[in-house]
Amino acid sequence: MKSSRRNFLKIAGITALGVGARPAIDTIAAVGGRGPTEPEPILKQNEKALTAKQWAMVVDTRKIKSEKDVAPLYEACHKIHNVPDMPIKRHEIKWIWPEQFHHAFPDLHSEFLSEKIHHTTFPVLCNHCENPPCVRVCPTKATFKRESDGVVVMDYHRCIGCRFCLAACPYGARSFNFFDPREHIKEINLKFARRTKGVVEKCNFCVERLAEGIEPACVEASKGILTFGDLYDPESEVRKLIAENFTIRRKIHLGTSPAVYYIV
Amino acid sequence: MPNNSKGMYNKNLVIAGIVIFVILAAFPFWFNVVKSAPAPEVVLTEKAKAAKECVRSKEYMTTDHMVLLDVWRDSVVRDAKRTYVNPKGVEFNMSLSNTCLDCHSNKTEFCDRCHDYASVSPYCWDCHIDNPQGGIE
Amino acid sequence: MLEKAIKGSKVYYGWMLALLTLIGVGFGFYLWQFNSGLGITGLSRDVSWGFYIAQFTFLVGVAASAVMLVLPYYLHDYKAFGRITILGEFLAVSSVTMCLLFIIVDLGQPTRALNVLLYPTPRSVLFWDMIVLNGYLLLNLVIGWKVLEAERNNVHYPMWLKPLIYLSIPWAVSIHTVTAFLYCGLPGRGFWLTAILAPRFLSSAFAAGPALLILLCLFVRRISKFDPGWEQIQSLAKIVTYAIILNVFFFLCEIFVVFYSQLPEHMDHFKYLFVGLQGKGSLIPFMWTSMILMVLAIILLVPSQFRQNETVLTIACIAVFIGTWIDKGIGLISGGFVPNPLHYVNEYAPSFPELMITIGVYATGFFILSVLFKIAVTIKEELYA
Repeated sequence: MKSSRRNFLKIAGITALGVGARPAIDTIAAVGGRGPTEPEPILKQNEKALTAKQWAMVVDTRKIKSEKDVAPLYEACHKIHNVPDMPIKRHEIKWIWPEQFHHAFPDLHSEFLSEKIHHTTFPVLCNHCENPPCVRVCPTKATFKRESDGVVVMDYHRCIGCRFCLAACPYGARSFNFFDPREHIKEINLKFARRTKGVVEKCNFCVERLAEGIEPACVEASKGILTFGDLYDPESEVRKLIAENFTIRRKIHLGTSPAVYYIV
Repeated sequence: MPNNSKGMYNKNLVIAGIVIFVILAAFPFWFNVVKSAPAPEVVLTEKAKAAKECVRSKEYMTTDHMVLLDVWRDSVVRDAKRTYVNPKGVEFNMSLSNTCLDCHSNKTEFCDRCHDYASVSPYCWDCHIDNPQGGIE
Repeated sequence: MLEKAIKGSKVYYGWMLALLTLIGVGFGFYLWQFNSGLGITGLSRDVSWGFYIAQFTFLVGVAASAVMLVLPYYLHDYKAFGRITILGEFLAVSSVTMCLLFIIVDLGQPTRALNVLLYPTPRSVLFWDMIVLNGYLLLNLVIGWKVLEAERNNVHYPMWLKPLIYLSIPWAVSIHTVTAFLYCGLPGRGFWLTAILAPRFLSSAFAAGPALLILLCLFVRRISKFDPGWEQIQSLAKIVTYAIILNVFFFLCEIFVVFYSQLPEHMDHFKYLFVGLQGKGSLIPFMWTSMILMVLAIILLVPSQFRQNETVLTIACIAVFIGTWIDKGIGLISGGFVPNPLHYVNEYAPSFPELMITIGVYATGFFILSVLFKIAVTIKEELYA
């Protein structure tokens, strides 16, 4: 008795919903959906896309003579990715930016550092770690390590804005949109999406350019200061540079295994 | 439970109340049965007209474009796959900003008309350019 | 039973109305935050968690402390606590509710909160925190309600409740342990990166929670005909005493390790909190106040003749509560984020809207607490008065 009444209510409810929604669906969809024999669509990687097991970057800081040498690469990145220029400093959004040695490498700092190093500014960005703590802590997999090429990617559609990843990142590489960023983009790049308030963003190693077969914007603008390539391809430019020079990485004692190498 | 015996008083009032509540709550449904607003007319841009067909058939796009976009977004962002080969074998770049909105650059006459009619408010344009000619809304 | 919460004195109505007003005001400010973004808070890209998450952390502790009543009563058959376990459970319910609200108001995209369920990610501690907090809320609501109902009807509570009660004991420990794991598993944050963080959380929780319960018991005795009991309050006082001593001991263990090892990554945060770093130290007075209050509380609680004096006990409990609140509700989060990983000292202070939203959440918690306590106390009055 009880269950049949419940069933009746269920059916009545579903019917009411159907009857109510029907005219709206009918008018929008004048003719019914797909033909049954159509082949399934295929999703695939772009043919011209650059691929790697783990993308990596080498920063040759010996080539940085002054601030002027590196300024264009910050600008190129922020312009192309619609990175806003937030008016309040504590809300800053940064994908790649300059730091002094003792901020970029606080654990390697010494009081009697060479004058040259002391005055060099080091470009810092997301390290696309091989063992990223930010990915470990994300409760929705909104940030994840892309299996195809090791890029640590943000899915802005999924991010709930809990900022656990900001706490987990030991490099300060992540920024949160405290306000709507859209009003603060100086010159908009219509080819690239903006972000909404309440989500985290960071360097994406230019995945949108890699898919088109071109190198990251900062690398292109750096005139040889930055080199980009596959860490696991012994023939790659980055591997050659790492093999031939002494390189350092940021905070390697934390076990994150950063993929950005610095020649000093 | 000291007040239990009172439960069955005012039976008629209670039933009448429930009936009135159900009628009010179901307003959108029976209102739609009686009279539904005429379907909106969407306007195609010259570019869209010239292309003749969208990534999929008009019928599919009308009913399932949101499903398609959802698949595209996950594929591009999460799987690094950006090329879409439709059932006819034509390839497309899976990009809302650069493929969809490139043709359908008239948000108000195209997207909004149906969305308003169906009373849905997707927030795609918060981030994806709504009008490549103009700036920010 | 809910009807007991509707009938009350004018003072009760006034109190509830005042809380509703605060909730309304807080909600108004929240709408502002919802519409314009978390930028209206004092948070920054360096101190990306602040007052909300700190209150959340503190209140998880208060919630967990219900176990200090449940465990002696159900596991050790300490009968005296049977009279007041309900107060602990209802305090837990309102505290966990506040915790969940603090998480929600802290989200940048609160409408997407259910993504945590849609894309469950067991490797994230936040996923587990979501599970243990909601589970604990449900457990305490069901147990508290059913036991009270049975007591009122003069029958034994249903037998299916027993396993849930036993489950609630380790569950209480788990909520605060998991909450500590949110912080102490992050490689780049030296302040939190210590195995003693979870024990510290638990000890401060088992001091702060029962201290609040003592204050609530004394308050209930004053305004109602229900007396929670001298023995009960004194037993709670002993729990507070040992817990606050352990809390200070654990803290000193941490201080020894950090300062004897001289590891800068761990030391700098303590320096910032207690003596200042690079000329900045807005939290110094708070941290020392916290330390002084905790030590004072120990002095007032250890000798039994002090503890048995209700005025002294009240002062000691207030000292414990405020001391641990500053420690967790102010120092813990800022201390972990300052200096930042690049060694900049960028300080944090909550903004006015942030404080109003915080007050709104607290008002919500106290509203729920008042409703539940009103029910419990009214029923107890009928039974014992």
